[in-house]
Amino acid sequence: MALLEVKHLGISFGGLRAVDDLNMSIEQGSLVGLIGPNGAGKTTAFNLLTGVYAPSEGTIVLDGENLVGKAPTEICKSGIARTFQNIRLFSQMTVLDNVKVALHNHVEYSLAESFFHLGKYSKKEKEMDERAIEILKVFDLDGQADVLASNLPYGKQRKLEIARALATEPKLLLLDEPAAGMNPNETQELMDTIQLIRDKFHITILLIEHDMKLVSGICEYLYVLNFGMELAHGEPTDVLNDPKVITAYLGE
Amino acid sequence: MNKKINKSVIINVILALVAYGVVMALIYGGLLGRQAMSIIIPCCINVMLAVSLCLLVGFLGELTLGHAGFMSIGAYAGALTTNALDLPPQIELLIGLLVGGIVAAVFSLIIGLPVLRLKGDYLAIVTLGFGEIIKSVINFLGFTGGAKGLSGIGAYSNYKNFTFVYIFVLLTILVISNLVKSRHGRAICAVRDNYIAAEAVGIKVSKFKTMAFVISGFFAGMAGVFYAHNVGILKPGNFDYNKSIEILVMVVLGGMGNIKGAIIAAVILTALPEVLRSAADFRMLLYAIVLIAMMLFNNSKFRMAMIEKRNLKKAMSIQKEGE
Repeated sequence: MALLEVKHLGISFGGLRAVDDLNMSIEQGSLVGLIGPNGAGKTTAFNLLTGVYAPSEGTIVLDGENLVGKAPTEICKSGIARTFQNIRLFSQMTVLDNVKVALHNHVEYSLAESFFHLGKYSKKEKEMDERAIEILKVFDLDGQADVLASNLPYGKQRKLEIARALATEPKLLLLDEPAAGMNPNETQELMDTIQLIRDKFHITILLIEHDMKLVSGICEYLYVLNFGMELAHGEPTDVLNDPKVITAYLGE
Repeated sequence: MNKKINKSVIINVILALVAYGVVMALIYGGLLGRQAMSIIIPCCINVMLAVSLCLLVGFLGELTLGHAGFMSIGAYAGALTTNALDLPPQIELLIGLLVGGIVAAVFSLIIGLPVLRLKGDYLAIVTLGFGEIIKSVINFLGFTGGAKGLSGIGAYSNYKNFTFVYIFVLLTILVISNLVKSRHGRAICAVRDNYIAAEAVGIKVSKFKTMAFVISGFFAGMAGVFYAHNVGILKPGNFDYNKSIEILVMVVLGGMGNIKGAIIAAVILTALPEVLRSAADFRMLLYAIVLIAMMLFNNSKFRMAMIEKRNLKKAMSIQKEGE
């Protein structure tokens, strides 16, 4: 059975059908792309998957567990992590602390231990530091662990967001336009990183992207949305040569 | 890494001891007049208030204008408790502190649950409203003495009891600055920086907002108890929004989210009106000018350069360690 099963997912904002009858089936360990023209409902689909919006209809099942009606924090615990189209870091906190926030539910000690820094505090904080640095190393950010997140250059902020999402130990990672605003070199580097984390952390990745080089370069399967509806799905080469998809992007 | 932490702990302990020594020398060395002696405890109380509000304004990032309300709840609860008891003063005060803190924390929870769904300006106005409601209710109730005030409160926290008060000031600073450097504190800061991202990494936003509110309320309540036993008579009018603003000014002046700054600002702003007493009519004018000057200094290029230099030094030392 697939890791993520989405059936007949839909949401309306007033009279607007932002997402209509979306069906997806994502296999464990795969790297899947979600593409479509601007306003097609891609980010809305992400927001439905992560519980930011409650769907008007349809089901979302992750690893046999129904996610509809759950709050974002619970969905995070169930195993979906995400990044945002417009970067949302904890900007006034250090790079290290950004990742440590995401470890909140994985390395625990009590509030009393927080007050007085006694008991398990030192041991657990050390464990957190080690785990966070380990993740930062993958993204080559460990040298900047003590820098404020807002002082990082743009490309590294994107990477830090992915690092933070990974720290929640997700089964499924959603990346919302990870290459937005990056130059070709940075995009190439990002493609390598994405493939690396898939192999290293054994996770499944679903990404939204407009950069067709990235999409065709690393995605194994594609879903195409247009006006909230599914236009096509299949292997990247087939989908990107589909006349319907080309029309949606370029017009008649 | 560990060594660095130990070093800062040692420095803080030394600072705390030096501050204690200086104040004790001032009290028992006969260097201070009665007037100056009388502001020692208010300084301590304001430090507690400023540090507890710092948690909300600086770290949770929510502007609240009802801090005096929680202080008053603590003050009345504590004073009523010690008035009812008949034990040695220190023990009475200890029980009063606990009761005052807990009652204020409970009220923070009751008020916080609905109010913390709001954000920004709305939250500020609603907390301002709640502060005023608390004041009015105390004014109306019989057992609080109403507008006449609650009198006959033992003077348990005057300067002779400085050591006792000082321990609780240190406790407040310790707990809040420790909290900020823990997983719970990081969650609180994450809510401040980006609550959507915080939710996405599994932080329950309302839980941590409420937690910060309750902890802050608890210490404000304790500060209120000291206040009650310092002035001896409580009047609802003492806890109006002016008091809340006064505490807020200390936090802002100290630099939002800077506990040390809040402590220094609290001491200076408490002492300032007394120091300026000799200026008679110009007192409040000078107070305002000093406030403006301090704010300007805080945002000046000179100070920014100072901070930058310090950060650079820090970054370099980290790099060296790495090599």
